[in-house]
Amino acid sequence: MTFLRATFFRSLYAILLLIAVLVLNFSMMHMAPGDVADTIAQSMGGADPEIMAQIRADYGLDQPFLIQLATYVGKVLNFDLGFSFFYNQPVVSLILERLPATLLLVLGAQLLALTLGVVLGVISARNPNGMTSHLVTGLALFGYAAPVFWTGILCLIAFSLHLGWFPTSGMRDVTVAGGGWAKLLDIAHHAVLPIITLCSVYLALYSRLCRTAMLEVLGSDYVRTAKAKGLSARQVVYKHALKNAVSPVITLAGLQFSAVISGAVLVEAVYSWPGLGTLAFQSIIARDTPTILGILFFSALVVIVGNLLTDIALRLVDPRVGGKQ
Amino acid sequence: MKNSHNSPLLKVENLRIELTTRDGVAPVIDDLSLELRAGETLSFVGESGCGKSMTALALMGLLPEKVGRVAKGSICFNGEDLTTASPARLNEIRGNDISMIFQEPMTSLNPVYTIGEQIAEVLRRHRGMNKAAAWQRAIELLDAVRIPNPKNRVSDYPHQLSGGQRQRVMIAIALACEPKILIADEPTTALDVTVQAQIFDLMRDLGRELGTATILITHDMGAVAEMAERMIVMYAGRMAETGPVQQVIDHPRHPYTKGLISCVPHLLAQLTAERPPLAEIDGIVPSLKDFGRDECLFASRCERANEQCRNQRPPEVGFSAGQLSACWQAEDV
Amino acid sequence: MNTQKTPTPSTAQAQSPMGEAWRMFRRDHAAMAGLLVLMLVLIAGLAGPYVYSGDPFEMVWAPFTTPGTDGFVLGTDYLGRDLLVMLIHGARVSIAIGLSAAFLTVVIGITVGALAGFYRGWVEELLMRLTEFFQVLPTLLFSMVIVALFGASLPMITLAIGIVSWPPVARITRAEFMRIRELEYVTAARACGVSNVKIILQVILPNALPPIIVQAALMVGSAILFEAGLSFLGLTDPNVVSWGQIIGSNRQYILDSSYTVTIPGLAIFVTVLAISLVGDGLNDALNPKLRKR
Repeated sequence: MTFLRATFFRSLYAILLLIAVLVLNFSMMHMAPGDVADTIAQSMGGADPEIMAQIRADYGLDQPFLIQLATYVGKVLNFDLGFSFFYNQPVVSLILERLPATLLLVLGAQLLALTLGVVLGVISARNPNGMTSHLVTGLALFGYAAPVFWTGILCLIAFSLHLGWFPTSGMRDVTVAGGGWAKLLDIAHHAVLPIITLCSVYLALYSRLCRTAMLEVLGSDYVRTAKAKGLSARQVVYKHALKNAVSPVITLAGLQFSAVISGAVLVEAVYSWPGLGTLAFQSIIARDTPTILGILFFSALVVIVGNLLTDIALRLVDPRVGGKQ
Repeated sequence: MKNSHNSPLLKVENLRIELTTRDGVAPVIDDLSLELRAGETLSFVGESGCGKSMTALALMGLLPEKVGRVAKGSICFNGEDLTTASPARLNEIRGNDISMIFQEPMTSLNPVYTIGEQIAEVLRRHRGMNKAAAWQRAIELLDAVRIPNPKNRVSDYPHQLSGGQRQRVMIAIALACEPKILIADEPTTALDVTVQAQIFDLMRDLGRELGTATILITHDMGAVAEMAERMIVMYAGRMAETGPVQQVIDHPRHPYTKGLISCVPHLLAQLTAERPPLAEIDGIVPSLKDFGRDECLFASRCERANEQCRNQRPPEVGFSAGQLSACWQAEDV
Repeated sequence: MNTQKTPTPSTAQAQSPMGEAWRMFRRDHAAMAGLLVLMLVLIAGLAGPYVYSGDPFEMVWAPFTTPGTDGFVLGTDYLGRDLLVMLIHGARVSIAIGLSAAFLTVVIGITVGALAGFYRGWVEELLMRLTEFFQVLPTLLFSMVIVALFGASLPMITLAIGIVSWPPVARITRAEFMRIRELEYVTAARACGVSNVKIILQVILPNALPPIIVQAALMVGSAILFEAGLSFLGLTDPNVVSWGQIIGSNRQYILDSSYTVTIPGLAIFVTVLAISLVGDGLNDALNPKLRKR
């Protein structure tokens, strides 16, 4: 009951946040020099003032700010994010085409970083002076300091150019025939390096936090109780300690969603991965404002959905969350 | 000792526990010997920092890893030396033959599992019960520790319970396998005064029912007088005095014991017509790094202290009924 | 309960908190090494152009001259520009943007966090919702949009980084303010009729600073990484050289000359690593209690 109610209110709040993103989007578009009419005129190779005024009237650009804003929000809520003159197709379909690639990258990196991070964190917490512990410390420093695009290029040089293990760019190999498994394998083969690159930053964060949390939990009273019950070391660590240590890591992972998407933009640029980041980059170069703002909106949507999922995951792990606020 | 019709359940001999600290290695427990017979209640008394809890953890084999270790002596349970037992064997004993209740009920239960699971778990572990049977038994145990409406409460999480109820759950966990020894480390310190009495009643009743011997660690002389048959007064990791509770309270043979008793007015009120002024013992327990010195560690706080007290550790002096006192002037106290 | 707390040996002479912190910091070898590296980067950026002069945009030699040949310590890039000169000039941009963006971040963060933590009620509600809102926007994408819409000048890049990076600072400041505002000396100040502005700025803020200082140090590193990311994508002032931009413009040629990418990347890595080591050292020095636990 409380679970459903809480989820409902979270979702409602998420929608409010999205509308706020739209307002911000529109205000920025409004404040920026140049408007749609300029863009169209540019693509036509120049136009006289009369035609410009006509275009402005067609697009409602002569209306007051608030009316324009309301029209814009209304349109977006009907899944109309405008039209990209550069790609000559609706922004929504353009984005939906690219979204799966970015989701694969973002979710793949998050899941890999979480799993590996927790494993490394637990191992190093059980043996604070062991090899894994030093690895986690080193990884944490590297992950924070190394620019992700540089890590990506280094991986590219090492594993694609020199060792030839993985393809250098893209998500599909056009020469690979057949669908189903062959296609899936091909995508997986292309995704390995981008996912590992993006993962490296967050793996560092999560493993360090998991190590700290685990060390704290292992010294807690309830772990002592578990030991006093005569449970085996494995049960004490994996049943009693881990479930507690994992909640701060999940919380952090939820907060990182927006950063992961930012990282994905850079990683996509390195590997020419055909996702939203590459699209954003190309449309910025082309000054394709509707597409840029559409991407910002969609990535905010991904972050919000990611946060909701984190919330649900947290509730499943820790009964105290959401009981009372 | 008189009256030892059977061999002791637990026999600790010359136990020395060392802790590694920043200032080096220090003995938190120094040369402690004790015996516990089946069904008996023995009480450990002393201020905090005297090594009472360390003794309890040592008996459980739960000394903090890499920090504390048994340096000397033995802990024999039913004739088996626990200090040399394998970790697997200790796991079989813990929670089954010897179990423990801790001071902090608020943090001693795992917040992410239901209380039912936390009780049932120990039954599955030691009694080999299946899930359903263990869960059913957990409900019965909740009833036994007088938690109302146990059928519904069994699937509650710890944060939904009050401190007193959580301590009842801890008792249910500890007594689930009907242990031979229950170690209670300040079980009521963190609770309201009214709840304290209920918890002590519960422990005493259930202990008698199951024939469980209890080691009660406390700094509450009132609780000792009510609960225990024999007591050990600890000071700075050493035994100051031991003996039958009533005898020690009536005729303490160690200035520290005397001080502790005079801190509790109603104990004396039974004995003397007029109440003496409420007393306190000046000073504090010496710091851990001084624990190993060859002197009476209480000397700095003792008004009777003389040269001998400051230069030589006192031997244990025996009195009637097994009362022992580690004081140079035990006869005169 | 009987974790034996041995009182820490009292230090020889009582010192000012800052002096004490500096003594702690000095004993931390990693942090001192970080500080040394930072000094070197700073000196390279400030004095470098006078010692090793040259125009970073000028084509001086054959493209892809490998490092160490023909008198070019770090070689030349795809246009035959001297990589060392470019690195030195890039250091200036990285440091300037890193410091100014971190400053902006901290100013916004402290303002929002302090107001939210001090006033509570609807002010807090509003400001924290605002903070959440900014945390939902993917930072890099958002600043890409700002730079794309409003132009890629250095001040605009600084602004774009500052606007997206402040939420963590606001959260830390708010947490500190909420903790400190309940302490006795704040109540005492209130009882004496000290104005709210004075309480915020003179009573609470100085005591809330240690964790904020640590965060600010780390923000400098994040801002440098951020700028590197933007300029790697080409979203930078075309009239200045920056480390990320060197990597971005040379990355098509990694097959011929990987050093044009690895060397500037190493410069970013080492600088940010040094900052993070200094940040860790500051953390231990300013919050000594944390370490002992």
